[in-house]
Amino acid sequence: MNGQNLILDSLWPLLQATLTLTIPLTLISFVLGLAVALAVALMRLSSVPLVSGVARSFVSIIRGTPLLLQLFIIYYGLPALGLTFDPFPAAILAFTLNVGGYGAEVIRSSILSVPKGQWEAASTVGMPYVTTLRRVVLPQATRTAIPPLSNTLISLVKDTSLASTIQVTELLRVAQEAAAPTYQFFALYGVAAAYYWVVCLVLSFGQTRLEERQNRYVAI
Amino acid sequence: MTQTPGTSTTTSAPSLSQAEDATPGRPLVSVRGLTKTFGDHRVLKSIDFEVPVGTVTVLIGPSGSGKTTVLRSLNVLETPDTGVIRIGDVEADFSTAVTKRQKKALRAQSGMVFQAHNLFPHMKVLQNVTAGPILVQHRKQADANSDAMQLLRIVGLAEKADQYPYQLSGGQQQRVGIARALAIKPHLILFDEPTSSLDPELVGEVLEAMKGLAAQGWTMVVVTHEIRFAQQVADQVLFMDDGIIVERGTPAQVLTAPSSQRARQFLRRLLDPL
Repeated sequence: MNGQNLILDSLWPLLQATLTLTIPLTLISFVLGLAVALAVALMRLSSVPLVSGVARSFVSIIRGTPLLLQLFIIYYGLPALGLTFDPFPAAILAFTLNVGGYGAEVIRSSILSVPKGQWEAASTVGMPYVTTLRRVVLPQATRTAIPPLSNTLISLVKDTSLASTIQVTELLRVAQEAAAPTYQFFALYGVAAAYYWVVCLVLSFGQTRLEERQNRYVAI
Repeated sequence: MTQTPGTSTTTSAPSLSQAEDATPGRPLVSVRGLTKTFGDHRVLKSIDFEVPVGTVTVLIGPSGSGKTTVLRSLNVLETPDTGVIRIGDVEADFSTAVTKRQKKALRAQSGMVFQAHNLFPHMKVLQNVTAGPILVQHRKQADANSDAMQLLRIVGLAEKADQYPYQLSGGQQQRVGIARALAIKPHLILFDEPTSSLDPELVGEVLEAMKGLAAQGWTMVVVTHEIRFAQQVADQVLFMDDGIIVERGTPAQVLTAPSSQRARQFLRRLLDPL
């Protein structure tokens, strides 16, 4: 089989792996990760030392250890404690926590970038904490957070390739499996790289659109 | 709206004690023994004053004299260390532990206009004004909108309802801030140097709007350096220095013939900076 045919034959299986595993893995982990990140960021901003301490430790551990190791601990390590996960949920859990750790710092600093006067103005019209956060602070923090969170998302797309090491048949894994018997590594990894790149390209466009939308209320 | 037909802001200019005699009911605001310390700095050293309903009180004094802290305490943006604040039927004694609920009740008595306007930049003008009524007081959107349009008409900005704050001039932004403060239907409006960060040409329109509110009978407490405004509109002027009220009385008493050396010096500087 020559390289050209191999590439053509691999286009569909690799696309399938992208659509059914790489993209869902990315999106589910990112959405759940943002929820974790918001919770951790708010904990980190708490005036209760225990609460902010727990959040600080979480961020420190997530950022201080390799993602691959986090994945291994969840998939290969936790069964020793009686917690066994299938490959896909294990990957979701690892990526969610990872996004949670990095995203928490982004969200925390974005919240702090909203001027104190906004909190004060909200309180003078009677808004309680949660309403102020939802209606006043987070909408403005979003504008600051979009570029760094887009970075996190785009990194995540490529980080999902690490799930190939715990039996998730995502894009890289499918490319590996197709290449191994034929030794056509360059061709197949090239196709996989192109797919990753296209996904990231689309997300970059999305980022630009979002940023433009957020700029509607500021003077440029 | 707090209408008090009996109190005309132009003819009567009662001093504090006269106001107590003249007003059968108790004053709307009563502040007793207010103190506040930031670190080692005693910002307020026992502040006492009252604000009769339907009157305008102007707080003047040099920077760091504590006038803004007094104003912010009325809205509980600062929590005093000791002292009692009563506004309307809500009283809080800060010498004892004040609950969140008490603070909230006290805060609901007044609307606040900030020096830096602090409008919500991501909301259009109308939404800024209806934020309190809709998100906090849970009023019907249609009602809140029509009330807000009425308030925007009062401050002369009805045609700007659909714009974002950044599209307005500084004076217009500040007038939206006034409409937002009025929208929660407070008993009292607080102004924290509302014209201090405006271009000189825009100061007039904001002071005009404030004069209009005073004429309608709103009770107002204003921190400002605008002496002419104080002369024309205030019923009571409090001159503060170093955390105490040094002089109090009618604009004529405090602004024209101050008895203390400190007030004379300050006013001379204010009227003739060179």
